[in-house]
Amino acid sequence: MSTLLEVSGVSVNFDGFQAINNLSFQIGSAEMRAIIGPNGAGKTTFMDIVTGKTRPDEGRIIFGEKSKSLIGMNEARIAREGIGRKFQKPTVFEDQTVQENLLLSLKNQRGPLAVLFYKPTEADLAKVSSLADDIGLGKELLRKSGELSHGQKQWLEIGMLLAQEPRLLLVDEPAAGMTPEEREHTTDILVEAAKTRAVVVVEHDMEFVRRLNCRVTVLHEGSVLAEGSLDHVTADQNVIDVYLGR
Amino acid sequence: MNRSFIARNPSVLIFIVILALFTLGVTVLSEAFGTGFLSTSFVKTLGKTLCLCLVAVAMDLVWGYCGILSLGHFAFFGLGGYMIGMWLMYERTRDIVVGSLAEAPIPPTEQEIVDGIGTQIFGVVGSNEFPVIWAFSDSLLIQLLLVVLVPGLLALVFGWLAFRSRVAGVYLSILTQAMTLALALYLFQNDSGLRGNNGLSGLQNLPGLGGVPQSVVSMWFLWGSAAALGLGYFLSAWVVSGKFGSVVRGIRDNEARVRFLGYSVETYKLVVFTLTACIAGIAGALYYPQAGIINPAEIAPIASIYLAVWVAIGGRGRLYGAVIGAAFVSLVSSWFTGGRAPDIPLGFYTIKWVDWWLVLLGLSFVLVTLFAPRGIGGLVDLWTDRRHPDRHGADLGPDKGSLREREADE
Ligand SMILES: Nc1ncnc2c1ncn2[C@@H]1O[C@H](COP(=O)(O)OP(=O)(O)O)[C@@H](O)[C@H]1O
Ligand SMILES: [Mg+2]
Repeated sequence: MSTLLEVSGVSVNFDGFQAINNLSFQIGSAEMRAIIGPNGAGKTTFMDIVTGKTRPDEGRIIFGEKSKSLIGMNEARIAREGIGRKFQKPTVFEDQTVQENLLLSLKNQRGPLAVLFYKPTEADLAKVSSLADDIGLGKELLRKSGELSHGQKQWLEIGMLLAQEPRLLLVDEPAAGMTPEEREHTTDILVEAAKTRAVVVVEHDMEFVRRLNCRVTVLHEGSVLAEGSLDHVTADQNVIDVYLGR
Repeated sequence: MNRSFIARNPSVLIFIVILALFTLGVTVLSEAFGTGFLSTSFVKTLGKTLCLCLVAVAMDLVWGYCGILSLGHFAFFGLGGYMIGMWLMYERTRDIVVGSLAEAPIPPTEQEIVDGIGTQIFGVVGSNEFPVIWAFSDSLLIQLLLVVLVPGLLALVFGWLAFRSRVAGVYLSILTQAMTLALALYLFQNDSGLRGNNGLSGLQNLPGLGGVPQSVVSMWFLWGSAAALGLGYFLSAWVVSGKFGSVVRGIRDNEARVRFLGYSVETYKLVVFTLTACIAGIAGALYYPQAGIINPAEIAPIASIYLAVWVAIGGRGRLYGAVIGAAFVSLVSSWFTGGRAPDIPLGFYTIKWVDWWLVLLGLSFVLVTLFAPRGIGGLVDLWTDRRHPDRHGADLGPDKGSLREREADE
């Protein structure tokens, strides 16, 4: 399997605080990966770096077959390269309908002129409604997304990411605040998505990570502490000391 | 989703019909074409009000829809006025100079005429030379283009610098205030080339049409202003109705999300900022010939703040709200400050509205912001039965300009 994203030797320092310390990370083009680690380990900052929100002080970030460097690209450019991101808090456009949210995200031209003269085609509308079915919002297409429940907003945001057709999906704590049934549905969506693309999931909940059934990377103080199957990393003495054993 | 634009936005049709009826009504009651019930000066007030409504629509586009609280759009409005004012003043003065030189025994040369115009126009600032910026003032076509190009270019350069550095929120508002202040201060100087604090005057006289009475000219401008407002409204409604509107409202409520979807937020902001500056320039070019005079005081920072107040009182994020706010506040304002409002004697003190009107306006602004954030336009919701969402006080997005709970509907 070819490598889609390669992060090597990346460090970030926030006013003297070393948030990310010589971090290296790789993921294949159709792979699911879970990232776990205590609060403040640098998980969100890692996503900020890959998506261009935070510039690393040093290190390389290489993406895709053409091995493009992502460093120096802005957020919008990186998103167009094929990286989608879900935030820790659900962020959807609350004043707009589920359909508008999805149409906005649908992979299409992003320039102002193209957008100004854009008319949704039959194919686009069909794609939106099938996506809405996948995320369990098929009946809510014309509702304002601000009215949705917390769990539904999380799914809508995942749906928006899928609509972008990214090659890499970064998902920050998707199950936070969800009921057990909602969690199960979320796992299904993510596992399905990872069949055709790379998915990185940050999550605290061990049960959730177990159900993802994938390789796990443990972060601690900004660098990788351990990597392997969930059983492997939970048996690691270092991991037990800093994280599980607390 | 694929129904026609008008079917999806019935308020546009309603607005255009009301505007047409209003224009017809004024025509029928005018001195020039009707019963004469409305005085020419009142027709001019109404025509100017239509221009203010147009610049308010632009303000709503940039603030109510895109979340950029620009406090500098009156600079663009004023620049539009200056651009058309230069042509009006040049050609009008030319008529006068040619008229007076016609009596001379030898026919004047072209140079003598131009020198005469220069002395007439720039005498007040102690000069008789044409500054470079007047190079095209004899061409109506070029000056009309400049009405759009000069405000547009200023907005483009200013916006590019500001948005590229991700200046937003209060800082952007302050920066736009600084821009309009700097422009006003520059124009106040005698050597700015635009007659300093004298400004441009006599703009109500159309060159070559000296025989047409003002009652007729005022109606021409009223029709022109109504047409511009109708077109501007239609264009703005179309721009915000589709996916472009979706992106722009997304930027207002949650800029970061839009960015991570792959849209270049800075480019969109720049497009909206520049487009609205051009609309403001056109509104100004129609306003000042009706006012007759333009001077740098017109683009003082406070003017742009009023503009935001009108839109807030009318209800931002809905174009008719901006129109209602601008029309209502500016008409009421001219009633109060025109000395027609009766003073209120309290025995120990007499409330003179000329002085107290601003206090009243400020108070209404605060009250509307606190208790009726949907503004006067929100009254329409009582009739169409739109309701607020119940979000326990939360805004609809994390950004400063995002829609507040009580501005939104379910
Ligand atoms: N912009 C920032 N400025 C300063 N410190 C930051 C910034 N972003 C994150 N940090 C710090 O970096 C550390 C890692 O944060 P984060 O990546 O959010 O951790 P988590 O693994 O819980 O997602 C935390 O101690 C946080 O306080
Ligand atoms: Mg985090």
